[in-house]
Amino acid sequence: MRSEDMLDLEEDDDLEVFSKNPSLADGSPASSCVPNSRGSMVNQYHPEDQEAAGVHTRDTFITVDHPESHVTAIETFIVYRVLTRTTREDFDSSECEVHRRYQDFLWLKGKLEEAHPTLIVHPLPEKFVMKGLVERFNEDFIESRRRALQLFLSKTADHPLLSRSPPLKLFLSEPDLTAHKKQGPSFLSRVGDSVRAVANSVRGLKSRPEEFVAMQEYADDFSNKMASLDKITQRIIKEQNEYLDELRQYGPIYTQWAGLEAELSEPLRGVASCVDHCGRETEEQVGHLADVLEPALHQYLLCADTLKTVLRRRDNIQAESEAKNDALTSWSSSKKVDHETLKEEAACLEERVQNANAALRGDWSRWEGGMRTDLKSALVATAHKNVEYYEKCLAVWETFLMSQRSAPGQEDRREEGC
Amino acid sequence: MVERETALLRKIDINVAESEKRTGKNTVNMQETYTVYLIETRPADAGAEGGLPVGDSPWRRYSEFELLRTFLLVTYPYVVVPPLPEKRAEFVWHRMSADNLDPDFVERRRMGLENFLMRVASHSALSNDKIFYQFLTEEKGWRESVLETGFQDKADSRLKSLSAMFRVKNPDKCFTDLKQYSDELNSAISHLLRVRAKVADRMYGVYKVHGNYGRVFSEWSAIEKEMGDGLQSAGHHMDTHSASVDDILEEEEHYADQLKEYLFYTDALRSVCRKHELMQYELEMAVMDLANKKQQREELTSGAVRVFSLKGMSSKLFGQESPEQRESRLAALELSIETSEEGVLDKNSECRDFMRMSWEEVKRFKEQKDRELREALISYAIMQISMCKKGIQVWSNAKECFNKM
Repeated sequence: MRSEDMLDLEEDDDLEVFSKNPSLADGSPASSCVPNSRGSMVNQYHPEDQEAAGVHTRDTFITVDHPESHVTAIETFIVYRVLTRTTREDFDSSECEVHRRYQDFLWLKGKLEEAHPTLIVHPLPEKFVMKGLVERFNEDFIESRRRALQLFLSKTADHPLLSRSPPLKLFLSEPDLTAHKKQGPSFLSRVGDSVRAVANSVRGLKSRPEEFVAMQEYADDFSNKMASLDKITQRIIKEQNEYLDELRQYGPIYTQWAGLEAELSEPLRGVASCVDHCGRETEEQVGHLADVLEPALHQYLLCADTLKTVLRRRDNIQAESEAKNDALTSWSSSKKVDHETLKEEAACLEERVQNANAALRGDWSRWEGGMRTDLKSALVATAHKNVEYYEKCLAVWETFLMSQRSAPGQEDRREEGC
Repeated sequence: MVERETALLRKIDINVAESEKRTGKNTVNMQETYTVYLIETRPADAGAEGGLPVGDSPWRRYSEFELLRTFLLVTYPYVVVPPLPEKRAEFVWHRMSADNLDPDFVERRRMGLENFLMRVASHSALSNDKIFYQFLTEEKGWRESVLETGFQDKADSRLKSLSAMFRVKNPDKCFTDLKQYSDELNSAISHLLRVRAKVADRMYGVYKVHGNYGRVFSEWSAIEKEMGDGLQSAGHHMDTHSASVDDILEEEEHYADQLKEYLFYTDALRSVCRKHELMQYELEMAVMDLANKKQQREELTSGAVRVFSLKGMSSKLFGQESPEQRESRLAALELSIETSEEGVLDKNSECRDFMRMSWEEVKRFKEQKDRELREALISYAIMQISMCKKGIQVWSNAKECFNKM
């Protein structure tokens, strides 16, 4: 069974859907077409167009909610409700409700990657990470996983190519997936793929095109930066929580002291109240970091891995084609294989390389646009939240200060301000 | 705080102007390094130039300040004597140095010593003390002058009394309340200082980690096209934010120092209470002693032995004493009773005077404490406001930068 053929077919179907913009995202003229390629209509499009298109023609809204625990004899797992509202005509109804577990999401992702090896599929939340003593059924863990799963589906449904992929429709509308899950690429073919991949990497790539070298470097650097930012943010959350713990002890001591005093009791209570109030604001601020910023950074850390994987797959496709071309050039009549067959195979693989490159190129700039939007929005929201935090604390202390200054007999000996 | 309410302060200005490191041999003949502080006194109306110093402008070390204070404690037992800045750095949050020779510690100590001298100079009784004036103005011979006053003897007995366990039969409620208050205040302020140090520590950690954002944003900006500028400038603001915590916490140390001063004041309060207790006890002892003697007199005159005495026993065993012997004993007893009665009267008036003077002192102290600690809380609020304003500034700037991404 030649899985490359299967892939080609699906890729060609998808390519028809594409808006055919002949120029590259950076404005340079389109590359020349590869011979024999029905599907060589290059997937080039302006990211801005794509975003605009997404906003205006967003036809599908997906929510993932209602996590419920299911217990069987063998295992316990969480099942989520997946609700889809869509205006797409290829769906049987405008509203679908199904129930899915994490494994089902993994299946979907696998099918999407199989069909589109060089498209950037949004990452799933990790399988299960031992973050200290967090257990699998911890409320916070389930909630953050739920959000990530919802984001995965939303992003996929917004993707111009992936959204049309049959496995997605199945996932969203088919009540029972078990039958379809069995029809995956067989275990043997998957082994075949990976053996081929290893063999190719041993051979080595003759020459990677410059643009993909640049992408590789970017992916590596970006991955490092995201890892650092994620770690820094986690550290800040930790330190803030420890600060919060101390703050919670600090306020009550002023109250205790106030109990001993007469005149001094009122200002002491005032300070206690300010400290307590600021503590509550700090709690909210840390919450925002944990719920918004850190997940956003973590998500793009996982994306970085996806980028590297996609580049590797592209390399493998190119390596395969190069191997076939080598076989072609070194052909002699003594070889078992028919020359014509070999020529056909080589042409097919070359076309595959072109398609893969085009798909990746297009999706890369789409991904970049999305990344910029998402991270910018998370950072702006965080900065905004921090400004709010300090503003609220400022108001609290200023109120206290005013109450002290309006008290009779108080002289203003100092000026307010930095 | 300088209200020229005493004659001394109307005459002179007092400054602890500088500090210097010295090395020398100590009492056990070992080399040591210590800090000395320059005490400058100038005429009060000297204006901006300062005028010529009054006296020698002596250099004094911490132990000499301690000696001065002990002298004042012994000589003016009813006064709530102002405390010295701490001997060793305590309630330190971990980035602060606990080293006595650290320049920040020395600088804060210098200010604390100046504050101490000003407080003594503002006190109606203490400011007139000759030894205090000599401390401020005489380079040589001060130590000898202090020791010559013989206060050490009183100090020793005072030390004994402070550590001795005795029970007063009729404790004065005002003073027992005051003692309880000073204990509770001491405990509250210690607790507050300890937790404040921990809060400072944690806050330091949070701010400093943000410096890492600065570094990584900068590195990230190098690989991005459109986002580069926004990220780069946001990174600078993160660096600013991280650096701002140093000034914030340094200012807070002043607040901590104000609290510490009142923590140490509780010791002065306690020793006034203790002194009062001792006087009360001595009075009770004197009264009891007088009562005993009167009792003895009664027995001698009436012949009845109601109270056991060795003399009584021995006269029982070895025969009654002669009338002449009895007469002489009675005379001696009468004399003793007279002395005792005078003693009781003296002790009584001493006690009353002490109570009157110390209670005025305590009242004055409480007013000062309420006023100054309220000020301290206000300045703490101002510090918090300043910190919040810096935070708003930094994050508003960062938000603008992120918006440009």
